[in-house]
Amino acid sequence: MDMKVKKKLGLKERYGLMTRGLGWDTTYQPMDKVFPYDKFEGIKIHDWEKWEDPFRLTMDAYWKYQAEKERKLYAIIDAFAQNNGHLGVTDARYINTLKLFLTGISPLEYMAHRGFAHVGRQMRGVGPRVACQMQAIDEIRHAQTQIHSMSNYNKYYNGLHAPRHMLDRVWYLSVPKSFFDDAITAGPFEWMIAIGFSFEYVLTNLLFVPFVSGAAYNGDMGAMTFGFSAQSDEARHMTLGLECIKFLLEQDPDNLPIVQRWIDKWTWRGTRVLTLVGMMMDYMLPKRVMSWKEAWEIYFEQNGTALFNDLARYGIKVPECVNQTFEDKEHISHQAWATFYQYGAAADFHTWMPKPDEMDWLSEKYPNTFDKYYRPRFEYWAEQHKAGNRFYNNTLPMLCQVCQIPMLFTEPGDPTQICYRETDYKEEKYHFCSDHCKHIFEHEPEKYVQAWLPVHQIYQGNCFPEGTDPTAPGFEPLPAVLEYYHINHGRDNLEYEGSEDQRNFEAWRQQATKN
Amino acid sequence: MSNVFIAFQTNEESRYIVEAILQDNPTAILNEQPAMVKIDVPGSMTIKRATIEEKMGRPFDLQELQIHLITISGHLDETDEEFNLSWNH
Amino acid sequence: MQIDLRTVSIQPLRQTFDPVAEHIGGDKPASRYLEGTIGIQAEDNFHYRPLWAPEYEIFDASRTAIQMSDWYKLKDPRQFYYGTYTLSRARMQDTAEADFDFVEERGLADSYPEAAKKLALDVLLPLRHVEWAGNMNSTFICAYGYGAAITQPCIYQAMDHLGMAQYLTRLGLLMDDAPALDAAKEAWLKDAKWQELRRYVEDTFVLEDWFEVFVAHNLALDGLLYPLVYQQIDKVLNAQGGPVVSMLTRFQSEWYTENVKWVDASIKIAAAESAENKAKLSAWTKAWRDRAIVAMKPIAEFALGADGAAQMETLIQQFNDRAAKLGLAL
Repeated sequence: MDMKVKKKLGLKERYGLMTRGLGWDTTYQPMDKVFPYDKFEGIKIHDWEKWEDPFRLTMDAYWKYQAEKERKLYAIIDAFAQNNGHLGVTDARYINTLKLFLTGISPLEYMAHRGFAHVGRQMRGVGPRVACQMQAIDEIRHAQTQIHSMSNYNKYYNGLHAPRHMLDRVWYLSVPKSFFDDAITAGPFEWMIAIGFSFEYVLTNLLFVPFVSGAAYNGDMGAMTFGFSAQSDEARHMTLGLECIKFLLEQDPDNLPIVQRWIDKWTWRGTRVLTLVGMMMDYMLPKRVMSWKEAWEIYFEQNGTALFNDLARYGIKVPECVNQTFEDKEHISHQAWATFYQYGAAADFHTWMPKPDEMDWLSEKYPNTFDKYYRPRFEYWAEQHKAGNRFYNNTLPMLCQVCQIPMLFTEPGDPTQICYRETDYKEEKYHFCSDHCKHIFEHEPEKYVQAWLPVHQIYQGNCFPEGTDPTAPGFEPLPAVLEYYHINHGRDNLEYEGSEDQRNFEAWRQQATKN
Repeated sequence: MSNVFIAFQTNEESRYIVEAILQDNPTAILNEQPAMVKIDVPGSMTIKRATIEEKMGRPFDLQELQIHLITISGHLDETDEEFNLSWNH
Repeated sequence: MQIDLRTVSIQPLRQTFDPVAEHIGGDKPASRYLEGTIGIQAEDNFHYRPLWAPEYEIFDASRTAIQMSDWYKLKDPRQFYYGTYTLSRARMQDTAEADFDFVEERGLADSYPEAAKKLALDVLLPLRHVEWAGNMNSTFICAYGYGAAITQPCIYQAMDHLGMAQYLTRLGLLMDDAPALDAAKEAWLKDAKWQELRRYVEDTFVLEDWFEVFVAHNLALDGLLYPLVYQQIDKVLNAQGGPVVSMLTRFQSEWYTENVKWVDASIKIAAAESAENKAKLSAWTKAWRDRAIVAMKPIAEFALGADGAAQMETLIQQFNDRAAKLGLAL
């Protein structure tokens, strides 16, 4: 009988045997052929063994805990559907945030799933590869729990019926789509900084924590549960992003300028995408937990400062674009909502002007900007609507070549002037919303000239249903574009007041209170 | 010195976890929001398995924190006995 | 006022999402599997070409020689979406946990006959690396495959392989100690009987066609290796030392039985799609089967002795019958 005494293994050693102990250096095929993509970006890795695993979950524990989370989540989703929980939300305006979420965010969870599978195959080190794979499987969870939570809303409300189809087509959804397309087409290390670090660590708290808390506040237990349940995985993803950045910076001093450029780029790209979340928080939640500006201060400024102070020892500097966000945080949600209000005919959700008490809330939360720059315009639009002249802008906006947001942001230092930048590349002119987007373009013009800009594509005739003849007499482009988008004109779009969603919600709620 | 933080969904189990954290981290700041509870601590935070077990009256594996977690901030170091968050500045 | 919302009877405006309705031929209630799978991968208007593979779109059906009129035909008969997948694996890991505890608490590993223990460790521990290869290849298919129907089960497959590598690691730690894992890795790298198998998996790492990887790993390799190890060799170990090793590898044998259903369904549907698909799949299967036989022979002989060759013949016959049922012509 074997009498030697076994050493009790600690969590770290044991996890090491369960992961990095599995890999080997191939000899029948060269390692550079097995892992062809982890060198071309110029990142130097000398010792993959120095990778510190963040969370150390073996698969048995992963299955056990994740299954428990899933059991809880689906029990709530089932109960929410069985009890017509959707009728318990504050009012039907709230449901429009879910439309934006399901079309603009859930398909990105799916992209993250595939992107982390790609990087989880391509990283030479076993430690990061396993961590990426775990994130890959978590991300499909997020895509699916979001679809399943909103499946019941799709049965009763408009605009939730074709999220991925819309992401591939609709003008404002090219903002989030191009963000992830940009990251996944970059090299594997840039992906890790873009998604693992900038998006997960620096920015997702803003998406999931205050917004989801807002969903709970508005009576949506379904959305609250998938949001927080997803965020529990994000805690793991955030540590992966942070570990990755430390690892790259510790491996070689030559990595610093490359990583710094990626941080600068992706902090800005992420900030621009979050404009949509700012608008959701300030305008689309009928009951508000905190303003966009407050959320930005807590989750970006305070938390981000802590992070950048920490990374300073590696020589990382706070991205220059952060200075602009100090000013922007007081404006962007209003500017975005004003734009969607005008272009409400081409949106997949309803828009409206805030009620007087909601305008008061905005004045209180944005004392420096709301009354001065936005309230007069919003009150004018509200009056016009009352008088039967609901304003719709029937032209198409110019888009930024990089972030793809319409030119709606204003000049730094002058909130009365729209900010335009342009540059020439190979005898073509390209337009930008800001200096930062312009700089991103100038660093990688070959990439960004490829952008599928929805407005250009409409003008080029690429956004009509197959078989459409735009030269036919009486051809109306907008209905054809909406059909291509799968947006049902008159049901999914236009003003909230008088919409089918509003009418149904009120009628169904009345049924609940009468015999 | 910056804060590290951790947030949990509010439920029966996380109530004990929060109690344990407050006991082991005297400078902790508790912040209750709809459906979630967030704890900030200047510099670093330690979550001890032993304290949670004492509060719950049952064995507890620190990886069970996963079930209730919403978010964290700071560098993580996890052993069988402790879950530590810290900033290095 | 508390409103009792349950009492409200309202008519839904629609039953499911557009691509699901199209897939099932009308607006009908659909399962969570379908809603979480059909049409969820981006297909159109990609913004940029991958820097690392500019010849392709981000998701590109031309990454394989197999062609499908609709990639969502390749549904998973287990109907796994993340929730059902994790629940199923949580149940399996509960059993595995109880088995490991049982063996550990009663000291069954220590009383296991020395010769059988040596055989078990010699065969099973190098397989940690084959499981890891399975993890890499499944992750590859998930990353570069086309359509969520076939790529989704591949991330589950990848994590299953990682989990099984970890169960084998635990088996090694329970029946022996950490140095046994190092010794097994050394054998995997140098011992002659493992080299053809190692060459096999390393060659699959550089394949470009993801469907060929699927055939080479999931069908040909797993289809011969799992029955050899977890059925034939398991029988020998049972005869020599009782069911301890069977208990510690129960996860793998249950997994294989379940997994075959999905692998078979995928191959069958793809082969039935066209004569070209059938020819391609048949050629791949034949080539990789022949290599798998060469790779496994030394292991069969090592573990099964004089009986090895005959048992391999039985396995090959079973494999050929299976392939024929899937519509392949070997």
